[in-house]
Amino acid sequence: MKAVLAPTRPAAPPAAAITIEGVSKTYGDGRSPVVALDHLSLQVAAGEFVCLVGASGCGKSTLLNLIAGIYRIDEGTIATGAHRVGLMFQEPALFPWLTVAQNVEAAMRFRGVPRDRRRARAAELLDLVSLGPCATWRPHQLSGGMQQRVALARALAQDADILLMDEPFGALDAMTRDVLHDELERIWQASPLTILFVTHNVREAVRLGDRVVLLSSRPGRVVAEFPVALPRPRRIEGGPVSTLAATVTDALRREVHRHGH
Amino acid sequence: MVTDRTLADDLRGLDALDTPRMEPARRGAAVWAAVWPKLLAVGLALAAWQAVVWSGWRPRYVLPGPGAVFSRLGSELTDPRFAKAVTVTMQRAVTGFALAAVLGSLLGLAVSQSRILRRGIGSLITGLQTMPSIAWFPFAILVFKLSEAAILFVIVVGAAPAIANGLIAGVDQIPPLLLRAGRVLGARGPAAWRHVVFPAALPGYVAGLKQGWAFAWRSLMAGELLVIIASRPSIGARLQFARELSDATGLMAMMIVVLVIGILIDGLVFGALERHIRRTRGLLAGR
Repeated sequence: MKAVLAPTRPAAPPAAAITIEGVSKTYGDGRSPVVALDHLSLQVAAGEFVCLVGASGCGKSTLLNLIAGIYRIDEGTIATGAHRVGLMFQEPALFPWLTVAQNVEAAMRFRGVPRDRRRARAAELLDLVSLGPCATWRPHQLSGGMQQRVALARALAQDADILLMDEPFGALDAMTRDVLHDELERIWQASPLTILFVTHNVREAVRLGDRVVLLSSRPGRVVAEFPVALPRPRRIEGGPVSTLAATVTDALRREVHRHGH
Repeated sequence: MVTDRTLADDLRGLDALDTPRMEPARRGAAVWAAVWPKLLAVGLALAAWQAVVWSGWRPRYVLPGPGAVFSRLGSELTDPRFAKAVTVTMQRAVTGFALAAVLGSLLGLAVSQSRILRRGIGSLITGLQTMPSIAWFPFAILVFKLSEAAILFVIVVGAAPAIANGLIAGVDQIPPLLLRAGRVLGARGPAAWRHVVFPAALPGYVAGLKQGWAFAWRSLMAGELLVIIASRPSIGARLQFARELSDATGLMAMMIVVLVIGILIDGLVFGALERHIRRTRGLLAGR
């Protein structure tokens, strides 16, 4: 595992996995258009873990949907090169008519992966998220945290090397969330995965990210970036995480207050 | 420092706490719990019927008691002419319902996918569904004469709109999040329909099929009373002959047959299908 050997990852890894340049997105047309993103630029290096934080209305989710190609870009460019992009939502969004293993396989079925390879890979991924014994269960038999781990396995089954995560642990209780932080970090360290992680929880961002990017609200722009030079694994309750989280929160407050005037 | 070992232990502990405990189902007790209220209800209904007969409200040859009707039913069940009638009626029911299912599904598929079709004929389908099927018979007899085709036509007209509406409602009620998840996973075109849209719409579709069966059975009974073909004995025809001969006992025995067949198919085929879908998707309340 990379991070066990080195306290932090290299500051400037060679290749960019995601390059966002001058991207704008406006919702609605006519009388009351809402500018969600305004000429936003951001680079994410291959293998980097970047957390996006911002108050509501900063267009965090919009940005992920643009990168995933679900929404159309109004202006600017997003380049992800030859990388495959996977997206994970706040809700597990599992298919209730399939078993846990079939849900993971669904990601491969649409890409035309043959059946035995699908089976084997799904079993592998379920072991990775420690849900191997639940392969034949139905989603409704699992807790929210377990469902979210299946969703993570399903996102990884897309063979994505860029994983976009839209507040994936936002609806979970604190204990489960902390454990899933450890789990996600372990999976990320063991793979060449690039992660762009959206959250409104500043401590979570500092706990996980190599870098925390603060977005402004309406319109969304990059206001500040905070490199997180803390050794991994980190504790969310730990002093270093709290200190940096306080700095980020102050910047976020100033950004929110701007809207109160 | 958090090691992998404690992480695995944490997960195991949380999972064990979170997992719903599944009680082993005691099958015999479950069946009995489902059956006794039904038996009680049937018993009460029979008792009320017998009480009305004993009150002398109508003479016995007009309103026979349950004893006479059920002993008549017993002798009917061993009558080869009765077996032939049931066979003809069930053939019509299955053929008519199958035709209605095919046409209704195609119609529902087209309307759920096209905004223009929906605007054009969406409300017309619901309108057709509210039209009593018996109102179609004069037209059907005019066009198809007294034939099998007239009966099949009315079954299809009666059942297909309900099936189409069920599929449309099922598609409309799919949570948008599931469709988004499908899109993110790369589901496009026919594959998306087969693996995401159709399974997600299945509960509504099965509800439509169930309602379609009820309409088909009603239309068929109305049809068999009106369209009587000499070479084709049917349950409806036996019902009609019993009325013409003022054979009240035979008439009521046939009515029980109509009721029982309707309930059996509704419960054993569509009800079981519905329960299976709800159980696998966790939509069944723990009752």
